[in-house]
Amino acid sequence: MSNNASPSEHQLFKQPSENWGSRLGIILAVAGSAVGLGNFLRFPGQAAQNGGGAFMIPYFCALIFLGIPICWAEWIMGRQGGRFGFNSCPAIFGLLGRNKIWRYLGVLGLLIPIVIYMYYVLIESWCLGYAWSYLSGTIDLGTDASKYAENSGNFFNNFTGANMDGLMLKGKIHVSVIVWALVFALNFFLIYRGLSKGIEKFCTYAMPLMALCAFAVLIRVLTLGTPDPSKPGLNVINGLGFMWNPQAKDAGQPWYAALGNAQTWLAAAGQIFFSLSVGFGVIINYASYLKPKDDVVLSGLTASATNEFFEVCLGGLITIPAAFVFLGVAGASVTGTFDLGFKTLPIVFLHMPGGRFFGFLWFFMLFLAAITSSLSMLQPAVAFLEEGLNIGRKASVALLGLVTGLGSLFVIYFSNGLTALGTLDDWVGTLAIVILATVQVILFAWVFGVDRGYEAAKEGAELRIPRLFKFVIKYVAPLYLLVVLFMWFVNNFRDKARAVQENQVAFLSICVILAVLVFLLILIAIAGKRWQVETRDTSRGPAIW
Amino acid sequence: MLGSIGAVVSLITFCFYRVLSKPSAAEHMHAPLDIDTKDLNT
Repeated sequence: MSNNASPSEHQLFKQPSENWGSRLGIILAVAGSAVGLGNFLRFPGQAAQNGGGAFMIPYFCALIFLGIPICWAEWIMGRQGGRFGFNSCPAIFGLLGRNKIWRYLGVLGLLIPIVIYMYYVLIESWCLGYAWSYLSGTIDLGTDASKYAENSGNFFNNFTGANMDGLMLKGKIHVSVIVWALVFALNFFLIYRGLSKGIEKFCTYAMPLMALCAFAVLIRVLTLGTPDPSKPGLNVINGLGFMWNPQAKDAGQPWYAALGNAQTWLAAAGQIFFSLSVGFGVIINYASYLKPKDDVVLSGLTASATNEFFEVCLGGLITIPAAFVFLGVAGASVTGTFDLGFKTLPIVFLHMPGGRFFGFLWFFMLFLAAITSSLSMLQPAVAFLEEGLNIGRKASVALLGLVTGLGSLFVIYFSNGLTALGTLDDWVGTLAIVILATVQVILFAWVFGVDRGYEAAKEGAELRIPRLFKFVIKYVAPLYLLVVLFMWFVNNFRDKARAVQENQVAFLSICVILAVLVFLLILIAIAGKRWQVETRDTSRGPAIW
Repeated sequence: MLGSIGAVVSLITFCFYRVLSKPSAAEHMHAPLDIDTKDLNT
């Protein structure tokens, strides 16, 4: 649409039912959605594993040529949908694609946040539970240093029920279930309050508080010096060097050899991709509440930059260097998100002066990072239920609470080895978001039209979007995403499919995903008919369906 | 390390400077204000 839209075009527009209170509000809400456990726990592990400082070259290339352009595309599509009063992925995809198929493909924009929420809220409750354990002093790893790792693992298993199914619901109700119920209720309370009074207001306080907690822990880590004089090599400078010095992935090679390894580039792009929350269906939903002339270019860039700040400047300086200082190379080489976050770091805080307080700050910060993300996962579905079924916010929130609550209880019950959680994360939290991002990029660049998209981006823009964006979004991004999907199927599909066949819990987890998918497809069919009837006799109709 | 952190700090500083340097933009209220001016029906 051009700036000089004709009156008839203006008549097509519909005022959205909700709005953001301020521009800063939406930037912090989008950044809050993106900043999560991956920034503090996944990124450092990926960097240390893939060449340290050398990893940052492909990392920044991926940010500039892949992450930010796809984010902009999502912001533009969302605002475009909001112009016609649509806020959910199915409606916006149908609007931009002018075909029922796109409406049904938009189901991914609902399925992904709903299913991820089912297990993410549980991890979020672990963070709060750990924070409380530090505050109340109930986390005890013993006095025998040789058993710290074992005790830390046992504490995690007992808290999460990772060593047997049904532990958390057997007999008396497990304390972690109580924490889960509190966190679950808090999420829905904030969602019920609405976009501006709930999500935006919470993120406006939570984001600065999260930064404050992270800075406090960062200062503590950077001032550790050499805690054990008998081990002079284990100091902060060497810890930072372990994390950041360019290094070869294989012994005997120069550091720049890592740049010739395709795996390094894929790992960097994957980290950017997951970190920015691309392909979650959240940015589209959030951007749909903007006004037609609101800027999306600077806002999108600022939200991405905020996410990068938390990831590179805070996440990159805290976890691995701290683990190195107290536990050496072996401790700093732990890269799994749960292992690093919930098993290794408690040992680090045990050694650290003031560790109980900083342990509390750290896990409370992770809780804030998680809740600002989980809130964003609920809004797309609430928006869909409201606009698709024409039911009120109370009914939408109640229905969503029932579905996600049952799903979350499923994950809680089948906690042994975290199989249910891992299966949902593999198929939805990893595979489905790449599929949705591919669908979005193809829709934006090839169906809606990259030229139209580029012109739409200029409306209200406070930054000039580079022309290179068109080439990147039309050719580079789809090609990259298709390569990633292809490689996933070649490298992972057989193993993942076998795991589903052989493990009953994994099979049940796939059934849960399919049940939610079918339920949502039925709702989209009902909503589609409603939208068609509603718009048939109005000026919006021909333009949309 | 310094290059990466410097780049990100520069980017976020630039972005927030642009966002906050326009008070009307930072404090821009998008939601319609519920003020009845009572001049529409007269």
